[in-house]
Amino acid sequence: MMVENSMPTLSRFGIGFLAGMEWKPAQEEFGALPFIYGTVVSSLIAVLLAVPVSIGVAVFLVEQAPKSVARPIAFMVELLAAIPSVVYGLWGIFVLAPFIREYLGPFLQTSLGFLPLFQGRLTGIGMLTGGIILALMITPIVTAVVRDVLEAVPVTQREAALALGATKWETTTIVLGNAASGIAGSVVLGLGRAIGETMAVTMVIGNSPQISASLFEPANTIASLLAANFAEATDKLYLSALIEIGLVLFLVTFVVNALAKLLIMSVASGPDRAKHT
Amino acid sequence: MQNKISISNLNFFYGKAQALYDITLDIPEKEVVAFIGPSGCGKSTFLRTLNRMNDTIPIARADGTVTIDGENIYAPGTDVVALRRKVGMVFQKSNPFPKSIFENVAYGIRINGIHSSKSDLNHRVEKALHDAALWDEVKDRLSSSAFGLSGGQQQRLCIARALAVEPEVILMDEPASALDPIATQKIEELVVELKRDYTIVIVTHNMQQASRVSDKTAFFMLGKLIEFGPTYKMFQNPDEKLTEDYITGRFG
Repeated sequence: MMVENSMPTLSRFGIGFLAGMEWKPAQEEFGALPFIYGTVVSSLIAVLLAVPVSIGVAVFLVEQAPKSVARPIAFMVELLAAIPSVVYGLWGIFVLAPFIREYLGPFLQTSLGFLPLFQGRLTGIGMLTGGIILALMITPIVTAVVRDVLEAVPVTQREAALALGATKWETTTIVLGNAASGIAGSVVLGLGRAIGETMAVTMVIGNSPQISASLFEPANTIASLLAANFAEATDKLYLSALIEIGLVLFLVTFVVNALAKLLIMSVASGPDRAKHT
Repeated sequence: MQNKISISNLNFFYGKAQALYDITLDIPEKEVVAFIGPSGCGKSTFLRTLNRMNDTIPIARADGTVTIDGENIYAPGTDVVALRRKVGMVFQKSNPFPKSIFENVAYGIRINGIHSSKSDLNHRVEKALHDAALWDEVKDRLSSSAFGLSGGQQQRLCIARALAVEPEVILMDEPASALDPIATQKIEELVVELKRDYTIVIVTHNMQQASRVSDKTAFFMLGKLIEFGPTYKMFQNPDEKLTEDYITGRFG
């Protein structure tokens, strides 16, 4: 159905739709590349920020903290997952964006300003803000999954390491080794969530169809483009373009998940896989 | 014969429940001591007090003293990591790491920094596998997964892994209970072999196994040490009626 409804743009732009840099509905010019770029980059920022934090929190909860401390923290982390995304978006506009504009942005520009990533004007609204909001949103779910994976590691593995004179930290690395494939799975889950997230990103990313090396510049993602424009797309070609880009979102998600699965297989290969044979 | 481990007046609790009552026992150096008794009698709990493996259970608490080479391992400030290196452990269910055969044995050597060079590491791994009577079976596939080995081989790999860190005492918690008779026999032969260099404490459900491998046997029931003496005496002419009843199979 999606393919059928996107026929007008498919036949008019062909493959050029994917590579097109311009998105000007008024002039009937539709190129999806800025949105694909925005989706992939904002999700990558989110995963890069969220995964180390999530693993750290999960390790703390499972391996280090006493039960009396771990329980309430775990509960609060899970509570974070239940906050509506529009609330994250508002928080992004009122708290995170000014923070980036006044503090984080200037700091990054003075310390790492030689990188094109951190050049350009600072409005507080843009790719970085979107990525950070996404990171906050996926951290609870990734943490919860990693926690479950760590708890599933048999206690005999911990005892084996301890009995060899391993310190607490060395034992933790053994546990992480056991959990590697499960952790990779949680990353995929987080990535999928980040790619598909709509509302919070729409509110802080700037909604500007451009590709810029700078993370401070506004950008846009496929999901937020759809959310913001679908209702007002009356023109047939415009509607077709939106549907086609929805199709692209579907494909991007598919490709990213496939790549992640490959990654998991390479991480989990060797000793770990023998368990299933 | 010198005593390697001396336990005196050891009481052990899981929360409010007492699991061990006033155990006093001496384990001589380079002998095999077997712990026997019905399920839930506390023999595994007792074994795990000897390398403080029970520390991982938050509500567990031990009273009394356990001295190894004259040092009380429950004294404040005891280096538990060093203790466990000295007192190795083999578990009921083989638990190799999800790593290659080589890396399983090398792990303990690496974390304790025992080896001086790469070739020394290789040498130590080979020696440990030899000592665990596994080398000939695995020498051509050291880099393949430990999970590809049979149950008995995995258990001997775990023994090799324990030997590699050069412990002085080896605790074995029913090491052959999950193995077939042939694999069990290999483990038993190995235990007798290892006695030359190590002090061994073995928990077993199998009375024949205790009589075959051990020099001394301790019989536990309901958290109490009922009788402790030379194995031949325990099996032929025990002092206690309870011991005799258990060994002859009248209960248990």
